[in-house]
Amino acid sequence: MLTVERVGRRFPNGTEALRDASLRLEEGDFVALLGPSGCGKSTLLRLIAGLDHPDSGTLRWDGGAPPAPGELGFVFQDATLLPWASAAENVRLPLRLADVPYDAGRARAHAELARVGLAGFEEARTRQLSGGMRMRVSIARALVTRPRLLLMDEPFAALDEFTRHKLQADLLALWRDAGCTIVFVTHSIYEAAFLAHRIVMMTPRPGRITREILSPLTPGQQTRLDPAYAALVGEVTEAMTAALAQA
Amino acid sequence: MIGDRALRLAPLGFALLSLTLWEAAVRLTGVPDYLVPGPIAIIRAFLNDPSGLLRALLSTMIVTGVALLAASLLGTVLALAMAASRLAQAAIQPWAVVLQVTPIVAIAPLIIIWVGDPFASLVVCATIVAFFPVFANTAAGLAAAPADLMDLFHLYGAGRLRTLWLLRLPAALPFFLTGLRISGGLALVGAVVAEFVAGSGGFASGLAYTILESGYRLQIPRMFAALVLLSLAGIAINFGLGAFATTVLRSRGETA
Repeated sequence: MLTVERVGRRFPNGTEALRDASLRLEEGDFVALLGPSGCGKSTLLRLIAGLDHPDSGTLRWDGGAPPAPGELGFVFQDATLLPWASAAENVRLPLRLADVPYDAGRARAHAELARVGLAGFEEARTRQLSGGMRMRVSIARALVTRPRLLLMDEPFAALDEFTRHKLQADLLALWRDAGCTIVFVTHSIYEAAFLAHRIVMMTPRPGRITREILSPLTPGQQTRLDPAYAALVGEVTEAMTAALAQA
Repeated sequence: MIGDRALRLAPLGFALLSLTLWEAAVRLTGVPDYLVPGPIAIIRAFLNDPSGLLRALLSTMIVTGVALLAASLLGTVLALAMAASRLAQAAIQPWAVVLQVTPIVAIAPLIIIWVGDPFASLVVCATIVAFFPVFANTAAGLAAAPADLMDLFHLYGAGRLRTLWLLRLPAALPFFLTGLRISGGLALVGAVVAEFVAGSGGFASGLAYTILESGYRLQIPRMFAALVLLSLAGIAINFGLGAFATTVLRSRGETA
């Protein structure tokens, strides 16, 4: 889907957020970008989204052109909903911006809300929803255009652990039946090990990709009780510790 | 425990107590009405000419209302221009501040001479005073749309107009309403100041003019009656615009 080749990004204040990052993204991947704060993982995600541009290196999309609006979904750390609009209107927003007629947009927004488990909450306002429900609305909004690529920037970091576990499991189910590619930024080893098929580890100052670990877990069938999951957490922890000691 | 009811009635009780003490003090010391009138004398002054005083109140309120409307329109349009273009922002911002810091008393005589029509000149003065809060708040609100949401609109290919209409304008509404409430009070102040200046030039019919005229004639109770009406008008504007803001935001589901 995408080849990221030796991209670098230096902010105007002189911070080198990313140096020589290379990454190949295949159709259907679930990739976690894992690392501590300041390792450039969010910067890399924004470069892929086209929200920022690299100072060096290239991003080459298979087929030549970057994704058109709607082919790419983005989920931020906060739900970033419009507080004055209902859940359904928030989910309909991308369709509205793509000039999809009102009735068709409403129907798709309702279906998407049902898919993330929020049937019956179509008319609820942001302030009536819990943090987890807001994030579900945000995910529904990102999925409503049927994107080929879903980028997620620490979407569950602000949620409590129980809600986070539930949303992680639901996200895997959504990934399985939506069949899209997901790049998921996180600073949690447990989250990366549980969700991702490929774990890309990054280290800070300057931000760069240090290692990649493939998950031995069956995609979409992960459980937290699987000994292989525990072993993977151990392996990633060890690798991350070593990488950070070197950086 | 102090009940809710007692807390609600407390301001009223305090007012009654103060007024009683005031009346008692005036009677016991024998201060003449034309120096310090008691509350009863003030009420009597109002009852002597309720229609005249209420007509004056209406006149001031009309000037205030028209000025507030003009200030909101002008403030919103200029804030939009600033949001649309950096050049417009650079051009407008300093002049808005100049307008804000110039004392209206100093330029009111000039405005009254230039505009000519008494009603229009009062409205212009009050508009100048009321303009800044609604303008500055709306401009701040238009710039306050969350960066992530701006990015989201960008990702979905929304143009500037779309982003303005669907994101920045709705995000600015609470700011606008806050500005409107402050401007409401200032429009009244502006109307009164302009009436004072205009009144000394010989035309006008509002409450400020009534205060001025009563002062000349040593009708101090009437002067106080006009003053009371003026502060009641100010309170009504403040609470009215506050309730308006709450209603609008509640209908959008943003407040409880």
